[in-house]
Amino acid sequence: MAKKVALIQGNTACALGAVYAGCNFFGGYPITPSTEVAEVLSEELPKVGGKFMQMEDEIAAMASIIGASLAGAKALTATSGPGVSLKQELIGYACIAEVPCVIINVMRGGPSTGMPTGPGQSDVQQAKWGTHGDHATIALVPASIQEIFTETVRAFNLAEKYRMPVQVLFDEIVGHMREPITFPEPGELEIINRTAPTVAPKDYKPYDTSFGDVPPLAAFGSEYRFHVTGLNKAQDGFPTTKAEYVDAEERRQVRKVESPENAAAIESNEEYLCDDAEVVVFAYGSTSRSARYAVNELRKEGIKAGLFRPITLWPFPEKRISALGKQAKAIVVPEMNLGQMILEVERVTKGTCAVAGVNRVDGDPLNPGEIMKKVKEVM
Amino acid sequence: MAKRYEIRFSGAGGQGLITAGIILAEAAAIIEGKFAAQSQSYGPEARGGASKSEVIISDAPIDYPKATIVDACLAMTQESADKYANGIKPGGVLLLDTDFVKNEPKGDFKIYKMPITRTAKEDLGREIVANVVALGAMIALTGVVSREAGEKAVLAKVPAAFLDLNKKAYNLGFEKIKAQM
Repeated sequence: MAKKVALIQGNTACALGAVYAGCNFFGGYPITPSTEVAEVLSEELPKVGGKFMQMEDEIAAMASIIGASLAGAKALTATSGPGVSLKQELIGYACIAEVPCVIINVMRGGPSTGMPTGPGQSDVQQAKWGTHGDHATIALVPASIQEIFTETVRAFNLAEKYRMPVQVLFDEIVGHMREPITFPEPGELEIINRTAPTVAPKDYKPYDTSFGDVPPLAAFGSEYRFHVTGLNKAQDGFPTTKAEYVDAEERRQVRKVESPENAAAIESNEEYLCDDAEVVVFAYGSTSRSARYAVNELRKEGIKAGLFRPITLWPFPEKRISALGKQAKAIVVPEMNLGQMILEVERVTKGTCAVAGVNRVDGDPLNPGEIMKKVKEVM
Repeated sequence: MAKRYEIRFSGAGGQGLITAGIILAEAAAIIEGKFAAQSQSYGPEARGGASKSEVIISDAPIDYPKATIVDACLAMTQESADKYANGIKPGGVLLLDTDFVKNEPKGDFKIYKMPITRTAKEDLGREIVANVVALGAMIALTGVVSREAGEKAVLAKVPAAFLDLNKKAYNLGFEKIKAQM
């Protein structure tokens, strides 16, 4: 049987990807340009026995998905920059308490209320450092309607596997544009669920590292009783300030994402014509589509340009960018912000190649011509 | 070498331009199996602000989803005609709704004129189908999808009670432009 194809918006693909992944709780507060995610889920979740709740604000929305997830649900919220700013305290809570959940950020112009209907990519460093304290971050940046679907599924998988919040960031352009999607069949994409405890309820500790860096998570309200807090805690979940517990827990929570093996498993990139590239364009989200167009045009003119497109933005693809920095004369970083991920490219390449940004914050997309011009300048 | 065709529907919020773009993209992608991407930009107003919808149709996967330089443009307000005329490829086409566009923009493109909104109102009795009249006209002008694919996509999109009205609107737009070509 032919697979189902439809022409849908990125936001719709996100909502349907969430349902495919087994999401059964959405708590949110509508905000342009993310509202369609909520709109579609308000119709789809009841059909699969899930719950949709419109909360009183973005903070409550984040609290609701933490609560739902602790009770065993696969939980999602969707918002835009102003909403993500409000959620930061509770994102930190989800990090330290190790609560799996997915946060969609359809990026618009900022800061503050900014430009509701205009695209932006200015929340990419916020995704890493928006909440205070040392913490690991996973953030995914899909660039097409099909990829929004699959990356939303992967976001749930990573959240469940590593027991932490995962953010998916795409900009207004891919959120609102429509292109064809081929829906994966049930079972075609891998679905990961959290590890449940195997010990008896009386022996359960919510942060028991004898099972590895990601301790099994019981459902709150079941026969497993445990304590959850935003304070630094020991393995039994109760607050502690004992240096050996605090240090070990902090390091474990970062290591579960950033250790070389784990980071490699989470990393996902696309490289296009990078093998012989003299100039590499590092671009993500809708900007990567302008960059690919630019690379094709530059190749026609005999310029050896390539595209590196991170699909996982955090953890940052340090190894590959470091290697490309040694191979290429220059890396060009187009972004719909005033230069955010360029800081990572500069940090990782350590001066082995020139690094130049192309930036736009007026609500219009970066067009291929602007990227081509910059590539020619740095050649 | 991929053939990329770019169409822009421009005017004001409430004129149905985004819907027209979606129907064209569905005709191309779902009915004819081509690659298509539809995008839009609009202001925060529900009605009346500047609005545009762009459709890229190609025989290869589409990277940049927005218009670079358009092959065909529809303008349903004077503001949009003035703003987007210089984004048309040399030798391209511009369709004006003469009910709203009084001053013709100058440039290296062919202008077609039609009282689109009045046609919907007077010939069909419903101003609301002006966008479908315009869509029929744009498909006739560009041939970017077949007449049949366009009609099928229109009928798949509209509520059952309005199938006949929209079919008439689409074909009226198509034929009125064909007569000018």
